[in-house]
Parts: sequence; structure tokens; C-alpha cells
Amino acid sequence: MSGAAALGCGDAPVLRERGQREVFCGLTGIIWLHRKIQDAFFLVVGSRTCAHLIQSAAGVMIFAEPRFATAIIDERDLAGMADANDELDRVVDQLLARRPEIRLLFLVGSCPSEVIKLDLSRAAERLSATHMPQVRVLNYSGSGIETTFTQGEDACLASLVPILPREAPGAGSSLLVVGALAEVVEDQLRRLLEGMGIADVRFMPPRSALALPPVGPNTRYLLAQPFLADTARALEARGAVRIPAPFPLGAEGTTAWLQAAASAFGVAPERFDDATRAPLGRARQALARHREQLAGKSIFFFPDSQLEIPLARFLQREMDMRLVEVGTPYLHRQHLAEELAMLPAGTALSEGQNVDRQLDRARAARPDLVVCGLGLANPLEAEGIGTKWSIELLFTPIQGYDQAADLAELFARPLNRRLRLRV
Amino acid sequence: MQLTLWTYEGPPHVGAMRIATAMEGVHYVLHAPQGDTYADLLFTMIERQQKRPPVTYTTFQARDLGGDTAELFKNAVRDAHARFQPQALLVGASCTAELIQDDPGGLARALGLPVPVVALELPSYQKKENWGAAETFYQVVRAFAGPSVPPPGTTRPERAPGARPRCNVLGPAALGFRHRDDVAEITRLLAQLGIDVNVVAPMGATPADIARLGDAEFNVVLYPEIAGQAAAWLARGFGQKATKCVPIGIGGTRDFIHEVAALAGVDPAPALAGAPSRMPWYTRSVDSNYLTGKRVFVFGDATHAVAAARVARDEMGFTVVGLGTFSREFAREVREAAKLYDVEPLISDDYLEIEARITEAQPELVLGTQMERHIAKRLGIACAVISAPVHVQDFPARYSPVMGWEGANVLFDAWVHPLMMGLEEHLIGMFREDAEFHGDAAPSHLGHAAFLRPEPEPVAAAGPLVWAPDAEKEVGKIPFFVRGKARRNTEKFALDRGLATITVETLYDAKAHYGR
Ligand code: SF4
Ligand code: SF4
Repeated sequence: MSGAAALGCGDAPVLRERGQREVFCGLTGIIWLHRKIQDAFFLVVGSRTCAHLIQSAAGVMIFAEPRFATAIIDERDLAGMADANDELDRVVDQLLARRPEIRLLFLVGSCPSEVIKLDLSRAAERLSATHMPQVRVLNYSGSGIETTFTQGEDACLASLVPILPREAPGAGSSLLVVGALAEVVEDQLRRLLEGMGIADVRFMPPRSALALPPVGPNTRYLLAQPFLADTARALEARGAVRIPAPFPLGAEGTTAWLQAAASAFGVAPERFDDATRAPLGRARQALARHREQLAGKSIFFFPDSQLEIPLARFLQREMDMRLVEVGTPYLHRQHLAEELAMLPAGTALSEGQNVDRQLDRARAARPDLVVCGLGLANPLEAEGIGTKWSIELLFTPIQGYDQAADLAELFARPLNRRLRLRV
Repeated sequence: MQLTLWTYEGPPHVGAMRIATAMEGVHYVLHAPQGDTYADLLFTMIERQQKRPPVTYTTFQARDLGGDTAELFKNAVRDAHARFQPQALLVGASCTAELIQDDPGGLARALGLPVPVVALELPSYQKKENWGAAETFYQVVRAFAGPSVPPPGTTRPERAPGARPRCNVLGPAALGFRHRDDVAEITRLLAQLGIDVNVVAPMGATPADIARLGDAEFNVVLYPEIAGQAAAWLARGFGQKATKCVPIGIGGTRDFIHEVAALAGVDPAPALAGAPSRMPWYTRSVDSNYLTGKRVFVFGDATHAVAAARVARDEMGFTVVGLGTFSREFAREVREAAKLYDVEPLISDDYLEIEARITEAQPELVLGTQMERHIAKRLGIACAVISAPVHVQDFPARYSPVMGWEGANVLFDAWVHPLMMGLEEHLIGMFREDAEFHGDAAPSHLGHAAFLRPEPEPVAAAGPLVWAPDAEKEVGKIPFFVRGKARRNTEKFALDRGLATITVETLYDAKAHYGR
């Protein structure tokens, strides 16, 4: 047992479940990614189910012309009456004619496209050759047989890594922050990092496909999201080096995350303190209000976004909540080592899912709050168990000091509501 | 392959879920990957169902594909049966599992479970949600009512003297547009006529209830999209006639009452007596004068669209300027109806095409689905929702049917609400420079939300057409809800006459030209 593990849960036994997983597939990531990279378009090559999933998960966000669409495979494609590659070329031509402002097109694989072995990487190469330099075409898989919810973002970012420009020879150390963040969060983190003298800070994904960050052996990267296993591997293949850190959730998490960058870039402790003192103070003060409401309350995480472990760490350490069970669809021990070490010894962790058994456990434990997907929330509420939808955690700016209280509020609100209602 | 931005219907297995979720005592085991579990949220979030849909998904992964997905499916069926103890199992595949061809029906039957298994074959790459719902309901009806079908040639026994006539009410399902309240309204209407309801299905029906469908004398088909196929089978098997009239609007409800009364051999008078709906008076009252000739565009499932067009013209005094449906299976009905209004029927599920047609028709009110609500919002046109696809607002807490007498009241309120009130419209016209009455004001009863409407695109932005500054100023005084139309009409007028500059004169010439 390592020293770090002795303080926390680094080697904790994990309940591994197999059964029905009530989780979205990786296509869901398109909902936030298409807002983030503003000149990119996401074309799912899939079925009516895939189109319906994105539309239903996006809820009310119907835009005039969203920057995503589905090329729906039909029986003609399956029966071989039409060559699926010709069909795809035709659909892409049609799309690009409509949307001349698009610079980057992602062909997103789905279960059906994978089962029929439609080779989207070859299609992307072919289409790139046709449409470059106007439009570059990449591909990744968001299929439910390969990816779970946030893994779609991982696959998307990993597909970007090979086209990142090589860092200039002799370039100094640069910092690459990896994982989609709200722009307001990005701007705050950039100001903080620059404030401590780390000048060359880039973010990935970039806001424009024309502003790809360079990468190379002098790039140190810092994950802003805990679900980026493939992206990390791809970056390392390009020579970039990971700065191990917990994730920037909560005041403590944000400080530790910034501290990891500061240490890697040799920032003097005084300078770090100067840069973080005011926002840290603000965050602590704002969090105190929510601690009153959350302290002592129990929480149960269903596996969904892979944010569960960092969130549990924040809620337990800064909000004094009690962790009943922390489920995650997939446990990346290396990227989460710092987080696991901060969890209390003996925390019940589970990986994978058997939703019916997990519901039995939740009902037996009757926690004050369950974090779960949209399909389970109302049925649990109807049984008298408070819930928080996990998808909101992806659509809301929650990272960094000035969002720490907003993050706490997301958990406090359902409890607050239950206290108010007299019906 | 078809490029699709938004879909009006989900895949056919979602239609099957709508039947399973509406019923009691059944469980649906769906061979599908994990992402397909999103469909649960349609029921738990949009419809606010308190229970999870009775659906188990196998959630197979890529690594299972090389191995034994069939075994995975069998285990899921066994576990679901043990845990949920349903009276019957439905089994089937979603789009992905259809490709791996595991034969869910055969596998489930081979388990020898002590409950009937209904195997659903829903071709995901050809068919859509409503078809899936209709096919599932038909398969369920056949499976459970089939054993009591009398031998061919058997005549229905006469009703015992003194017994009340009995009918089934078919079609209401989960996620249906106002199905919950329509059933209550129509059941009440039938009771007034002295007709008992034998079974309502699929909503609330168990497999045992389905088995008794044959006991009724006839069927009331509320939603042909869902129950048409099953009703046709019941007609063949049990000699049950089925209603054709859909009781939406005053005229629709009257026709329905006459039809049902004839089928049951009862007097329609009790259900027609008095003034059962306020709608006829409201629409005749002088306040409603301003509704006259408002241009409406109607789009939805065929049943609701056709009914709404009739109500719009005959009961609200609107002018129907567009009529369409996303449902190709019911295109014929909509084409027929479109002839009545002398409009080109729009049969399409291409969201962009529908948007283009609405823009072109320049309606003042759109009666559509949640999708058209977004189109209308963008164009700054009033909109009321008349059909699925639905959103959470389409499941109001209050009683809110669209069928029967109360349904007619609901339609009147729902369609008038988004429009400018009559007098208000005049006041804005007269005092449009008043700071509070400015032309961009929202209808006052819709709150003070800043209505930032994008100016509609000019007809020929790139053309040589120029707006003189005073004409530009003048058009700015026109209230927002007609400004786009005025601008487009004026430009078309100018273009047709080869004018290069639009002056105040041109504006008013065009107004006179297009004025009705
Ligand atoms: S549970 Fe105890 S033994 Fe296991 S890793 Fe955590 S601290 Fe170590
Ligand atoms: S799980 Fe597969 S089939 Fe289902 S929506 Fe996701 S990619 Fe499409």
C-alpha cells in the first residue's frame, strides 16, 4: 500500500457491476461540443435512434440550423442497393453546400455504422482530400457499444490530436488545458494562470478549428475533465507530458489543480498565494452558505459522467456530505489517483452498472440525494428520494473558484426545495 | 442515407415503448445498446411518469459482439421476468440489434417462461415511431384477443334486452398529445349516450383486459395512427364496427356523437342537448371579430392536423393557408383534406422544408407541433401546439382535453391566447409611436419579455432594390407582427414593377394592392 493510498481510497475495493447500464452513449457529447467549437459540424452516421437521442437529450435546444445532424442509414444502404460511401459523400456535399462557414467536419460513428463496418476513418480521409483546404474532415466514435456519455468528448478530442500543429522548434514550455469548459471558466482560469506568470496557456478544444493549439515535447498538459483517457494517450504520443492533479471542482480542487500547474512551471509560492488569495477567499465564503444546507446529508451517485469521483470528493471534504455510494461508468485509476487519495477510507465505489440492483441499494440506503440520469430522476422523486440530474453538471459552468458555489448550489437546490414545499 | 436535422418521430421501438408504458402488467425486453436507454426520459421527464417505463435493455457492448449476445439477451429476459413478474413479455430489437439478428422472439420463447411472449419485429431502417406503436398494439391485441375470436361465420349475439351497449375505446397511449384527458372526456360523452366502456386500450389495459376486447359491440378509435390497424383486425375477427369520426371541435364532436349513436342504436339527443360547449358562443361573440380571416398554417400528425384545419376554418373563421403532416402513412387523408382548403398539401418530415413553406405562406398563426413552435418563434409568428411530437408543456397539470365539448373550449383558448387581443391590436396600430405601445411590444398578456425578433430576410437582399430612408422609417412604424409581411409584400410589389427604390408611396401602393 502506497503512502497516498493509506490516507484515502487509492486501492479501495470496487464493486464491479455488469447488467443494464442506464447511461447515454458518446453521441451526447455533441450537444456541448458543437457549441464549443464554433466552426465545426458534427455529422452522425447512424440511425433514427441516434438522431432521436441527440434531440431528446438536447431537450429544448432547437436552433434554426444546429451544427449537428444525422445521416440516417436506410434499408437501401443496408441492402447494398446504394453504396454507403457514395451516399455519405453525397450527404456531405449537400451539407457543406448549405453551410459554407464550416471549417471542420466530424463524422461521428454510431452503433449501426460500426456493426455494418462502415469505415469512417477512410471516409474522412477521402472527404478531406476532396474538401481541403476549405474543410477538414475527421472521424471518431460516439457509439453506445464503444463509448459512454462523456467518452464521446474524449473520442472527439483524441481525433483532434493528430492534426494539432507541431510546437515551434525551441519553443519554451507551454501549458495546455484539456477538456471542454464554459468560456467564462476558461477566461477565469487563464487570468489566474497568467497572473502567476504562466504566459503560454492554450485550451483544447479551441473555440475555432482554425486556432488549434500546438503540441510537442515542451507541452505540459493539465486535464480539466476526468474522462479524457484516449486524449491523454494521444497527447503523450505527441510528446506532451501530463501534470497530475485533482480536478478543478470546489475551492480545494481548484487550488490543487492550479498548484499542480504552478509547481510544474516553477511559480514561487508567494506569487501563487497572491494570485489565488482573493478568489479563494471569495469561493470559501460563498461555499459556507451552502455547507449549512448540505452538511451531514447523504448522497448516492449513479454512474454517468465520470465526474462522480471528483464531485464526491468536493461534496465530502468541502460540504461535509456523507458518501453512500460513488458509482462511475469507468474508473481511470491513474487520472483519478489524486482524487481517490482524498476520499475517506472505505468509501463504497462501484464501476459499471446493473441498474435494478443499484436502485435496490439506493432504496435501502434512502440517501438524501441521488445523482442520476434523466430517466431515473422522477421515478426516484416519486418514491420520496431527492435527485440531481447528472447531465446538468455538463451543461453548467462548475469549474474554478467563482463557480464553486454554483456547483454546491446545484446540490443544495433540490434539498432546499423539499424543505419549502408543503404539498 | 438521409440528412436529418430534427426528427418528428423516433424509431419504431419507441412506439412499442409507448404501448408497453401505457399498459399494465407487461414488460418489454429490448435488445439494444446502452445509449438507447435515453428513451426512458421521454416518459419520465416529458410526460412526468412516476414510474420507469417497463423496459429492460440488454445494453450489449462491442466486446459482447464477438461473444454471445444471444446469451446476454436470454439472461436479460430471465432476470426481467423474475424481477418484474409481468403477465406478458414483449421482446424485440432496436436498430443495432436488428443488424446482429439474434431473433429475440425465438430466444425468449425457448426459455419456456410461464407467461406469453409477444415478439415484435419492427424494421428500424424503414419504419418510424407511430408505425411501431400501431404494429405493437396490433400484435398485442392479436396475441391476447386472438384465442377468443369466434369461428368464421359466427354472428354476433343480440344484446340482451335492457342491457346497455358497450364499446372499447382504442388508441390512447403513453406520450400521446392530451390522450389522458381525451379519454376522460369521451368516456363522459359515451356515458351521456348510455354507452358503457368495455375496455380502454392500450392505456391502463392489462393483457387480461385485451383478451376481453371481443365483448364490446363496437370500437371507438380515437387515434387512428395507433389503433387503426388493431381496429381493422378486430372488425375482421369479431365483426366489431369502428368509428371513423374524430371528435375534435364542435363539428367533429357532433359527427362523432351521431356516428356512435348509430353504431350503438341509441338516441344522440341527450349528448347534443343544451349548450354543451361555450366555444360556439365565444367564437360568435363580437370580441372574436378580429379573428376573422387570420391566416393559419396547420401541421401535425394527420388526425390532429385534419381536425384542426376544419376547426380553424369553420369554427374560428380563420383562413387555412397551409396544411401538412409528417406522417407518410396518412398522406392520403391529408391530401384529401387539403383540397377542401385549396392549399397544396405538405407531406414531409424535413424540418427545413417545413420551415421554408411556413415562411413562404406568411401565416399569422401556426398550429403545429413542438417543432413548428420553434419555427414560429424564430419567425415571430404566434403558434399553438396541436399534435405530437410533444414537450413537457403538452402535459399540463389541469384537465385539458382536445376532444369533445370541453376539448373545443380548450382549442378556442389555446389558439386565441398567443394572438394579439383584438382591441390591443388596434391600439398598437393607432398609437404605435407611444413608448409603451411600440410595435415590438409583446401581447400584453404574455408578459414583458423583450421580444427581440430578427427582421425577416428581404425577398431579394442582393437585388438592386433600395429602401428610401423615409420609407424605411415608415415601415418601422408598422407593428412587428405584420412588419415582415409588409416588407416582403412591398419588395415583391416593387420587383414586379421593376422599381429600383421603395418610397413611402410604394409602401402604400403595395398595401393597397395586397389589402384584402
Ligand atoms: S479502503 Fe483502506 S485499505 Fe483500501 S485503499 Fe482505502 S485506505 Fe487503503
Ligand atoms: S447507443 Fe448506438 S444506436 Fe443508440 S443512439 Fe447511441 S450510437 Fe445510436
